[in-house]
Amino acid sequence: MDRVAIVGIGQTKHAACRKEVSYAELVYEAVTLALKDAGIGISEIDNIVTTSNDFWDGRTISCMATGDVSGGYDKNISCVEGDGTFGAFYGLTRILSGSYGTTLVTAYSKGSESVSSLITNAAFDPIYMRCLGLDMVSACALQARRYLSRYGISEEDCALVSVKNHGNALDNPNAQLGMKLTVKDVMNSRMIASPLKLYDISPISDGACAIVLAREDRARKITDKPVWVKGVSFCADAYLLGDRDLSECRALEKAAGAAYKMAGIRNLKKEIDLAEIYDAFSYQELLWTEGLGFCEKGEGGKLIADGATAKDGDIPVNPSGGLLGAHPVIAAGLIRIAEAALQIRGDAGAMQIKKDVRNALAHGVNGVCGQSHCVWILGQN
Amino acid sequence: MGDFWSDAEAIIHESCIKVPYSWQAGETASYFLTQLRDEGKIWGKKCPCCKKVLVPPRKSCPFCFVATDQWTEVSDEGVVESFTVVRRDTIIQPKKAPFAYALIRLDGADTGLVHVLGEVEPEAVREGMRVKAVLADDRKGSLLDIAHFKPVGS
Repeated sequence: MDRVAIVGIGQTKHAACRKEVSYAELVYEAVTLALKDAGIGISEIDNIVTTSNDFWDGRTISCMATGDVSGGYDKNISCVEGDGTFGAFYGLTRILSGSYGTTLVTAYSKGSESVSSLITNAAFDPIYMRCLGLDMVSACALQARRYLSRYGISEEDCALVSVKNHGNALDNPNAQLGMKLTVKDVMNSRMIASPLKLYDISPISDGACAIVLAREDRARKITDKPVWVKGVSFCADAYLLGDRDLSECRALEKAAGAAYKMAGIRNLKKEIDLAEIYDAFSYQELLWTEGLGFCEKGEGGKLIADGATAKDGDIPVNPSGGLLGAHPVIAAGLIRIAEAALQIRGDAGAMQIKKDVRNALAHGVNGVCGQSHCVWILGQN
Repeated sequence: MGDFWSDAEAIIHESCIKVPYSWQAGETASYFLTQLRDEGKIWGKKCPCCKKVLVPPRKSCPFCFVATDQWTEVSDEGVVESFTVVRRDTIIQPKKAPFAYALIRLDGADTGLVHVLGEVEPEAVREGMRVKAVLADDRKGSLLDIAHFKPVGS
């Protein structure tokens, strides 16, 4: 199989409201930065995959609306509805098909333009669930309670994630919510849907991200710092919340296992140097670290309490601040790929972890309460 | 671009999307909802492969990808497997905050049903609590024909 590398990375500044730019101008900003990072022009892009969501965008066929600003005029452009990691997966497979040498992948959303509870309520089945008025926050609160109760994980353990990631976001020039918090601050923040409090919940941001993927021969011509895609997989669980055991993430376990196998990772602790994962809520970072196999089931709270996931820990998780630092929906997973790749290149600035990053993991989620997971293993070699 | 912007007014185009839509429930959900509306009964459907009784019922099993073949009536009582007390109002929630959502495993069902709790103080809600469906007076063939679940014995 051909090897593929990330050769260009661009992301906007993420903020609660980027009212000075339209959705299209936001995408153009990220694409321009990614091409500049790669040191190539749009003519060297063989095909484009945009990632978007019609409800968040307030228009149908939203992916086509950002074709122009992704450099799609006169090119082969296709789209994915969902998280950016899934868009990148499609972009990768297009290169592996043998038809394209490079793919530009974009993802964006302007959360400030809509009402997030209304948009996320529309993700629920219109016959069996939507009339209940659930949204992403209340549904994930049901998951949080189930997970915490089953394993005896405390709300303070979850608060540690919030403290860590908001703190890490202070080093991220693109983050929206860098904050120095204490566990007490998180515990005393306003209860939104128990057990989730304000600082357990990621903000909704305006932001965009773009990456350039290239087949090995093209990658070597474009850059002397390619970040190789070593393993990638995704897997989905059942749709209805009541069909799943919300304290488990079997889809993530399966996706991670397949990605590790593809990358030839045998000893996680020795071979994965950091992870950028989808912490839309503080409890999710703990649950996903279990699903990724960083610790045993039910040990996510202990993992963070022991400092393993801190920036200077054994397996730093979200040194960028993660989604708690900034959460442009749809773009959030692609940003995880971007941040993991920057760490591998040694270009993460103040976010750069101390140890050499040979392999990094990036993770994205699609659907409510982590219905579907996409796991990427990136590496120096 | 930055220089330009410093003097320009940001135009915000306010709008609202409202599109009529007719979701067709299909034969399986239609039977479930008409039975709930007319008889006050809750039905699940059993998978011939994994033998799970799915509530709400589906025409095919999400786990085995085979057609479900057996209607099975389940109890209107069950156990709270998880819950959340919502403390903020949104325009789509059917009750005013604070109130609780719960994931309920009805007796005889193998999957959970999400619904709202009523006739209970939010502070008194617990996992493992037994609850019973309270039917709405005016039933329309919707999941809200169950007004809410209340603690058994209250």
